[in-house]
Amino acid sequence: MEPEKDRPMLRALLPAAAMLGAALLPLTSTAAPLDALKSLDVDIPMSDATFTGPGADAANNYCLVCHSADHVLNQPALPRKAWEEVVHKMITAYKAPIPPQDAAAIVDYLARTKGTK
Amino acid sequence: MILQRTSPPWLETPFEVFDKGVFTPNDRHFVSWHWANFPSQIDVDAYRLTVRGHVKETLSLSIKDILHGLPRVELAAVSQCAGNSRIYMQPRVPGAQWANGSMSNALWTGVRLKDVLDRAGIKAGALQVRFGGLDEPVIEGAPKFLKSLTIDHARDGEVMIAFGMNGEQLQLLNGFPLKLIVPGWCAVYWIKMLNDIEVLDQPDTNYWTTRGYRVPDTPHANVAPDQTGYELVPVTRNVPRSFITNIRSGDTVPAGKPVEARGIAFGGDCGVARVDLSIDGGKSWQGAQLGPDQGKYGFRQWRTPFALPSPGEHTLMIRCTNTYGEAQPDFPIWNPAGYMANTIESSHVHGA
Repeated sequence: MEPEKDRPMLRALLPAAAMLGAALLPLTSTAAPLDALKSLDVDIPMSDATFTGPGADAANNYCLVCHSADHVLNQPALPRKAWEEVVHKMITAYKAPIPPQDAAAIVDYLARTKGTK
Repeated sequence: MILQRTSPPWLETPFEVFDKGVFTPNDRHFVSWHWANFPSQIDVDAYRLTVRGHVKETLSLSIKDILHGLPRVELAAVSQCAGNSRIYMQPRVPGAQWANGSMSNALWTGVRLKDVLDRAGIKAGALQVRFGGLDEPVIEGAPKFLKSLTIDHARDGEVMIAFGMNGEQLQLLNGFPLKLIVPGWCAVYWIKMLNDIEVLDQPDTNYWTTRGYRVPDTPHANVAPDQTGYELVPVTRNVPRSFITNIRSGDTVPAGKPVEARGIAFGGDCGVARVDLSIDGGKSWQGAQLGPDQGKYGFRQWRTPFALPSPGEHTLMIRCTNTYGEAQPDFPIWNPAGYMANTIESSHVHGA
């Protein structure tokens, strides 16, 4: 992916690939058999997707600081207690600075949109 | 690749890739990062690997030092996320919802960790070696991603620092330019963009070693969802697995005439002793022919002819027994974090 002439193509490919749910990274072609490494400069796709619907504000304000929304959207439906544990872990283990009232709003949102019936 | 999460990236290898060869192409190798804060640009000339802590001499090694100043080794090994196949756990558990594609096999080129540690000189009393990469937490005070090995494991001559993958330099998302390879252990230990090696004379107490990535201390790490009172221990070694790669559940298979099944297996932290196929839902088993041995930590291809006895519904099952004599279990594995799944795989096919 590193030859300069190939990079515009990679730039064009990656966003489209991300939208299709796939990321295409062309094979690196090193001429010499690992006698030297070539510096890399890669475009890493980002996501601007947000949570939607009533009560999404707290999730948008705090969850997206560390991870894209698809992290949550790809999770299975879970009981409310499991979502409480997930949010608790984000705060205690991963130090998400979420005030208690916002943590409660996030749990409510997750239980409503990704909860088990 | 299957996009599980955009940021930090989780990319899953599409399963059909495993039917195409024993080594997973570099652009199809699964990707998993813990923190989004890692460089997208790496200057090889400026890169340094530090070896520090309980050593006689602190080292700052350049890429040139590593490529040309130490003996070079090659090793085939499977990199598999501890949570591979998590999506199949019942009841479902949170985490990356990997199907069977958070695993890849590569021929790694690099240097022995032992040789690097010996160059620094381990002081008496060293207990563990802790590894860190260029990825940093997004939030201040959050735990940097670090993992440790015991000093004996680190010096076993097999753990390596790879700069090559299937004959090429690593892809950036797979940890360019240096990746720790811990053969037979799950990929969480395979630190990407490795730039810091710290020899410890005290037990590592960081979050990722003591609290993250733990499994029940029970046989097969298996517990009931409502079970309590068990100990949690770090998830470490891979366990045996096998897959049919050319026939999928839902496929129609000709009945009454020979058909070939083929696929891959791995022993976990040892080699593959045998792979057996059942075409009657596990009542009887037939041995498969094993492909060339690329090294005990890599995928081992297998193939075998079979003939469905009749039209209608049939269940194919595939079972690996490793060289320790451990076979894949025939019951579901469940634990709260969704680790170490290795139940015998079943494919429900229609004979016609």
